[in-house]
Amino acid sequence: MTPRIELRHVSKTFVGSGRMVPALDDVSLKVMPGEFVTVIGASGSGKSTLFNLCVGLLDPDQGSILIDGEEPKSRLGKLGYMPQHDLLLPWRNVLDNVILPRDVQGVARSESRAEALEMFERFGLAGFERDYPSALSGGMRQRAALLRTWLTGCDTLLLDEPFGALDALTRKELQDWLLSVWQEFGRTVVFITHDVDEAVYLADRVIVLGSRPGRVVRELAVELPRPRRQGMVADPVFGSCVRELLGDLGVDT
Amino acid sequence: MKWRRDVAPPLVLVAVLVLGWFFVARWSGLGSFVLPSPGGVLRAAWETRGLLLEAIGTTMLATVIGLALALAAGVGLAAVVDFWPLARRALYPLLVVSQTIQILAIAPILVIWFGFGLAPTVSIVVLFCFFPLTISTADGLASSDPESIALLRAMGARRTQVWRMVRVPSALPSFFTGLRMAVTYSVVAATIGEWVGGSPGLGLYLLRSKNSLATDQVFAAMFVTSLLSVALFLLVRGIERVVLPWYHSSQRQEQWEGQGIY
Repeated sequence: MTPRIELRHVSKTFVGSGRMVPALDDVSLKVMPGEFVTVIGASGSGKSTLFNLCVGLLDPDQGSILIDGEEPKSRLGKLGYMPQHDLLLPWRNVLDNVILPRDVQGVARSESRAEALEMFERFGLAGFERDYPSALSGGMRQRAALLRTWLTGCDTLLLDEPFGALDALTRKELQDWLLSVWQEFGRTVVFITHDVDEAVYLADRVIVLGSRPGRVVRELAVELPRPRRQGMVADPVFGSCVRELLGDLGVDT
Repeated sequence: MKWRRDVAPPLVLVAVLVLGWFFVARWSGLGSFVLPSPGGVLRAAWETRGLLLEAIGTTMLATVIGLALALAAGVGLAAVVDFWPLARRALYPLLVVSQTIQILAIAPILVIWFGFGLAPTVSIVVLFCFFPLTISTADGLASSDPESIALLRAMGARRTQVWRMVRVPSALPSFFTGLRMAVTYSVVAATIGEWVGGSPGLGLYLLRSKNSLATDQVFAAMFVTSLLSVALFLLVRGIERVVLPWYHSSQRQEQWEGQGIY
């Protein structure tokens, strides 16, 4: 099978105020179709840089990035990207916010609105179509941002700490909801987090990035059955995964 | 009720002030050419209504033409400054200096260049109004969120799409702030132009009234000028509310007031 995303020996160094700051060093990884991969690492491990490289906002200094087995001239618009902040546009109501990628693609408003409305129920946003983002809670804003990413129509979704700013309960609720949506529609997800429990709970496979410069220090397959249940955190497999990952991240276990 | 909250307080205050003015004019013993009474001002306005209406027409024509030109110049300059950082560095100080030039010094020069008539008046309106428009539009454009721009680029948006979907909408609130300031200055700017350049608008009416010590007519012209400015201000605010419903959504104001943050 062709990987959705493949990074071959990718390095990236930033030059800032006369200093060279290496962000990623010789990173190679593959994401297979339908997979749910989480990427974990301490701050400064270049997680967001990794995504910016994948979506084409940055170009690697060395190495190559393949999407569906090809190295396109521009990667912009080929992957669904959800940045850390929801970045909903305050002047668009929720419905018009989520169809933003369709606007960019030049799809007629009436068509993309109809397409989006079908998904509102599934994304837990029904009844909020005409509200402005300022009226939404944090959890609802993330749902809207996720629906916007969904509507890019890209098979592969890159989610950068989407639940990082949410309270613990909302976060768990959204984790389960994300997993159910993922299983129902079978898209490929790459999910950045700095929360070890979250990384294990969601993933088929966890990729650990080491710090300064970021490089892949480990890939760990999570052998827990699907569908996942929050009760599985008490499972010994879960516990051993968390312990290993914490060890890789240099936390004393 | 909005009327009671927003409209009634200033109306009551104005009524009290006019009443105070009435009593002072009546009992202080000042002559009517020093301080005319409210009734005297109204009478003077009514008696010269033909002249006054014509003057309003002339002044408003110059104001509207001037505003339109200032709008084009302001928005154009802001776009240039935004597209081209070198232009920003080069132009910004000049823009500020342009506002320190004595309008009373430059007005006669404009009359020498353009002759008597509409042109010098219009130029003065432009001089007054393009500055707030340029600065506010440029600041608005600069304020758009780089992360949102990155998101659109990641979606594959072209430069023009980024402009249309992020940069322009996020600049609009600031632009309207500038426009409100500009229209508030504009009528006064036009009367100054007419005062110096002699085109037959409110400025000339004011000048002639002053020269003949018709203080009541000076007051009348002053109030008419204010009313016109306020009318323009309200018109822009009305447009703003229609164009930027998200910015003026009632839920925002209620959030602030409801939480007692004021």
